[in-house]
Amino acid sequence: MSNKEHDVTRRQFLNYTLMGVGGFMAAGMLAPMVRFAIDPLLREEKGGKMVDVMAVKDITTEPVRKTFSVDRVDGWHKFKEEKIAYIFKDDNGKIIALSPVCTHLGCTVAWNDDPAHPNQFHCPCHGGRYTKTGINVPGTPPPEPLHVYETKVKNGRLYLGEEKPRGGA
Amino acid sequence: MFQKLYDWIDERLDITPLWRDLADHEVPEHVNPAYHFSAFVYCFGGLTFFTIVIQILSGMFLTMYYVPDINNAWDSVYYLQNDVAYGQIVRGMHHWGASVTIVMVFLHALRVFFTGAYKKPRELNWIVGVLLFFVILGLGFTGYLLPWDMKALFATKVGLQIAASFPIIGDWIKLLLQGSDIVGAQTLARFFAIHVFFLPALLMGLMAAHFLMIRRQGISGPL
Repeated sequence: MSNKEHDVTRRQFLNYTLMGVGGFMAAGMLAPMVRFAIDPLLREEKGGKMVDVMAVKDITTEPVRKTFSVDRVDGWHKFKEEKIAYIFKDDNGKIIALSPVCTHLGCTVAWNDDPAHPNQFHCPCHGGRYTKTGINVPGTPPPEPLHVYETKVKNGRLYLGEEKPRGGA
Repeated sequence: MFQKLYDWIDERLDITPLWRDLADHEVPEHVNPAYHFSAFVYCFGGLTFFTIVIQILSGMFLTMYYVPDINNAWDSVYYLQNDVAYGQIVRGMHHWGASVTIVMVFLHALRVFFTGAYKKPRELNWIVGVLLFFVILGLGFTGYLLPWDMKALFATKVGLQIAASFPIIGDWIKLLLQGSDIVGAQTLARFFAIHVFFLPALLMGLMAAHFLMIRRQGISGPL
């Protein structure tokens, strides 16, 4: 056989065969390990379970501080995460549950504890303030409103889920 | 594209002779299974190296999930084996590969012994090979404790009692390995450090010496 009739030389053929087989073996070895390593990327995000916090009939128009705990799973480590919500009904009767984590630098805000600014959420760290519905007061440090918890009402009980940011400033 | 990239690097660094030196290295007829099939016994050294590469790779990946602490070690192994994708395979590679490595080392040593390849001028390489064997046994011993189950605990207790039976300094060796008066938290941390840092570093240094020597001296002649 001469090379004129064939596009692939014997040397090339052997090269491709060896590299192909070698590549296949290397891939077979590495594939499980790479999939193992990138597992956190490919995990399906489990929607957090909603947690029973309080009875709907006890919710007033005044924000009330409620603590509740969420079951968290971190690999082989399972624990309860303590969370705080300020719960009230707005003017339209809609239930709102605010996360008290200041959107400035993450301190915990409190309701109505600053005599100079009644009926506002106030952050002790840098004087950030929010209106009753959690909207940040212009001219104070926070860049966005307080996050709100997902809410669900079932059998007269209020259930809270994940806290989510909301648009606007 | 790869050719261009290769040429660009080669033009500057002249890397071709580096791998050509290995690729063009002639394998003598008496060690080439293509000529004499029985020459497959000369593959055991290379196969040992291959299994060690698998051990190093799978071990590196296992440490992404494993935690060397008495409260979490077992749970982290359980988690990585049962909840992480391909965990069973990656841990299986490391677990079974450990035994295969020791079998391969043993077969390689038998081949060297029965072909008389350890004789002058290759005595030093035999010595390094025996040291490698001990390092690999050490890796097996320290790795056995890491899952922190009952088998791991009691096998290590037995192993440390054997170490303690060494004349005169036995109790010191045991305490040094155990790091505490019981097989516990400090033993686990210590074995982990030995298993993933000290012994692998020693292993790689000895392997480099092993390979440089065989390259320098060439493979021993036919029987």
